[in-house]
Amino acid sequence: MKSIQELEEIKQRTLQAVNLRKDRKGTRVVVGMATCGIAAGARPVLLAFVEEVQKRNLQDITVTQTGCVGVCRLEPIVEVYKPGEEKVTYVKVTPEKAKRIVTEHIVNGQVVTEYTIGATEK
Amino acid sequence: MKLYRSHVLVCGGTGCHSSGSAGIMDAFQAELKKHKLEDEIKLVGTGCFGLCAVGPVVVVYPEGAFYSGIKAEDVPRIVEEHLLKGRIVNDLLYHDHAKAEDIVSTLDEVEFYKKQKRMALRNCGVINPEKIEEYIAFDGYKALAKVLTEMTPMDVINEIKASGLRGRGGAGFPTGLKWEFARKAPGDKKYVCCNADEGDPGAFMDRSLLEGDPHSILEAMAIAGYAIGSDQGYIYVRAEYPIAVKRLSIAIEQAKELGLLGKNIFGTDFSFDIELRLGAGAFVCGEETALMRSIEGKRGEPTPRPPFPAVKGVFAKPTLLNNVETYANIPQIILNGAEWFAQVGTEKSKGTKVFALGGKINNTGLVEVPMGTTLREIIYDIGGGIPNGKKFKAAQTGGPSGGCIPAEHLDTPIDYDSLAKIGSMMGSGGLIVMDEDNCMVDIARFFLDFTVDESCGKCPPCRIGTKRMLELLDKITSGNGEEGDIEKLEELGNNIKAAALCGLGQTAPNPVLSTIMYFRDEYEAHIKEKRCPAGVCRNLLRYVISSDLCRGCGLCTKVCPVSAISGERKAPHSIDPDKCIKCGACAEKCPFHAITKG
Repeated sequence: MKSIQELEEIKQRTLQAVNLRKDRKGTRVVVGMATCGIAAGARPVLLAFVEEVQKRNLQDITVTQTGCVGVCRLEPIVEVYKPGEEKVTYVKVTPEKAKRIVTEHIVNGQVVTEYTIGATEK
Repeated sequence: MKLYRSHVLVCGGTGCHSSGSAGIMDAFQAELKKHKLEDEIKLVGTGCFGLCAVGPVVVVYPEGAFYSGIKAEDVPRIVEEHLLKGRIVNDLLYHDHAKAEDIVSTLDEVEFYKKQKRMALRNCGVINPEKIEEYIAFDGYKALAKVLTEMTPMDVINEIKASGLRGRGGAGFPTGLKWEFARKAPGDKKYVCCNADEGDPGAFMDRSLLEGDPHSILEAMAIAGYAIGSDQGYIYVRAEYPIAVKRLSIAIEQAKELGLLGKNIFGTDFSFDIELRLGAGAFVCGEETALMRSIEGKRGEPTPRPPFPAVKGVFAKPTLLNNVETYANIPQIILNGAEWFAQVGTEKSKGTKVFALGGKINNTGLVEVPMGTTLREIIYDIGGGIPNGKKFKAAQTGGPSGGCIPAEHLDTPIDYDSLAKIGSMMGSGGLIVMDEDNCMVDIARFFLDFTVDESCGKCPPCRIGTKRMLELLDKITSGNGEEGDIEKLEELGNNIKAAALCGLGQTAPNPVLSTIMYFRDEYEAHIKEKRCPAGVCRNLLRYVISSDLCRGCGLCTKVCPVSAISGERKAPHSIDPDKCIKCGACAEKCPFHAITKG
């Protein structure tokens, strides 16, 4: 080890991978992964979220899963919980939509209204 | 490093290992592969979580779901339900003993952890101890970097002194002062040693630290090396700790690979190396002078002090020797500052202490509490109380060197000074709980038997004196005690304490003296009434049949292996005490609970 920078680099590289085990304060992305969700294609959606979070090196975000949210016909359903904000529910999410949700909602704070349950159920 | 959506942490400490956690790791690996989840879910083997009583333990993040008592057969369900479908498997979650109906789903909700403060154990059960990167991710080696680039050796020593850290091996000597002595001792070559020869029966704090967070010990030793001016460290660890030895070896190798041990660390002119020395199982080698002789390759026998190790230690050079847990606190003190550390604990005992909870307690395991926590909090709030509704009798701290704490002192805040005041000692951290079924004379005999066995034989007070004490205790527990035996024990004990060469002998009489101090009536019952109040000492035991309760069913006569029971059918039976071998089979068999120990 020649410098502190080197140590810091290893830390940053690994931190993202392990901080899942400690800090659970940031944004939570919850994907409905019951049988209905999986059948509707929730798995690629979940993976798309994980990939996008990693690609953008976002800190403090957990991508997790839950059981059946209830409205099976609208699966895959994704809920985004930002600290201090109301939960946003996205429906019929695809991997492409997932990427947009990460960019616009999670990074820039703009809810992608057209994908939300409110817009779909009008 | 790849990002995973979920982490499965499987405890790989010795406790969980022996209850089958390796098989669970394999099962997870196979199941994750079967469901093609290997790229999404990370499987991590960690160190001890502390709640060994309910092992093997598995924790799933990000939910923090806390599964306990897991078997390999349960793994497919966890993978299919929780990891694939996101439904936590409720019936496999940990249940608190206190409120049986409540399921506790996450780690932070468990009563066992609520009153704990994990400072030394901060990484145990969190990181993979076999990956240096994970240690670095949680600020590992940052303290070493800070010390080497921003602080002078005296700065480091002053910081440790200001923190108030005292030796966690049991004696409680101020750590900073010890470092200062070692620094000021004249000599071109100095050594930094780590005492990982944890030998007290029932104690496993150091083992868990070495297994769960080996790098923190290496980092602290390097910091100590810089502070006292040494380039060579030795870790003296028991060969009976194979997992700890393996993980330490891996850690040393990884640290060398990254240049965190070796020459010119962080581009400075500081170089430091660490070697392992395996102990062959002699208890006395945990004593500092004997330990150093053993490192040198000689017979592990203590030598008189002074000269102290700081002046003349390993290979007759100035040596700094600290316990594992003491070292585990060092990096944190450097990173967070002395005031941060000193705000935890009591006036004269700062920080936290790790205890290995064992004996008659619900939550057997490893706990870390701030100094000053009372014994009652540890036993009832964290430990979950005594099983089967039995009554607390005493707690034994400090192993074969310590003493017993009776119920009247349950509210004593635990720190070095208040424990010494009530005739026990902090010790390395073994905490054995005893209930009404334990005979205190027998307990004292057990510990003395251990020290007699482990005495190295060099000095007569320990070699002969403890043997004589054991003979007296044998006499008392076998029902041949005489008036004056207690006084003889006290006199012998006090003389051995004053005259023995090393810590082993000087503390060996403690279990006897403290049980005499608090439970003299039990000794007297053995001697005068030839009776063991707890019903443990076989020779003093008598089984009697209550003529009121006995219905004369005859079951006991059938089960008795020596035909000691006789009686008419449907009439009260009786036991012939001359024939009875006190096996207890009749009492177990009796449907009317008519047979009791009297």
